Amino acid sequence: MTSSSRNPILITASRLLAPFIQLFALYVIFHGHFGPGGGFQGGAMLAASILMLRLSVGAERSELKFRKSWGTPVGALGALIFAGTGLLTLLLGGRFLEYHYLPFPDLSRADLHSAGILLIEVGVSLAVMAVLVAIYDDIMEGPGGN
Amino acid sequence: MRKISLIALVLFGALLLYASSGLPGHGDPDGPSHRERSRVGSPVAAAHYIRHAQGDAASPNIVTVVLADYRGFDTLGETIVVLTAGLVCTLILRRSP
Repeated sequence: MTSSSRNPILITASRLLAPFIQLFALYVIFHGHFGPGGGFQGGAMLAASILMLRLSVGAERSELKFRKSWGTPVGALGALIFAGTGLLTLLLGGRFLEYHYLPFPDLSRADLHSAGILLIEVGVSLAVMAVLVAIYDDIMEGPGGN
Repeated sequence: MRKISLIALVLFGALLLYASSGLPGHGDPDGPSHRERSRVGSPVAAAHYIRHAQGDAASPNIVTVVLADYRGFDTLGETIVVLTAGLVCTLILRRSP
């Protein structure tokens, strides 16, 4: 599809909607402590907002938000944040993912566990978002695509 | 051959339906997963989680605490599975780097 055949209503609507979807995705990620939500769901919503832009305004311009080459590195970074949290507690004398060994001062044991959960949720959301976008990009770029 | 597999399928479905009639009710407080002790006397995980989740982590959502804290290693595995799926798609579908 060339950019001249795109529908301006579609472009305007998706460009207006995308930031709000991303904001709600962040809410879902960080609200995982208090209600339904968490890294997997929030990451999927972040990916949905980027894929909506990919479909409506085209691959070239939506790359301003998330480059095609970022998919696997950001996904690996998310998994690294998760595993790194576990390894950090391992290095600081605890067991793997034993959050109360995290090096945040002045936090109670329960608060440290809460902080550790937040860290890994961020890692999960990054990984899920990047991988979903990467799979879409791979399919569009692959042998079957253009 | 088709007929045999069809009959086997129907029989297996009937077996599953029959087995599901013996399951405890949804949310049954006396169900095996909600007891303090299992039938052989070992402690049951669910009761421990419900009792200790809020004290162990400052999060009122027990599901999050189980997912990311008690079963954090399992969630790490899930993330690795997602990442592996993405990597395999890249390896198979991209023509050149």
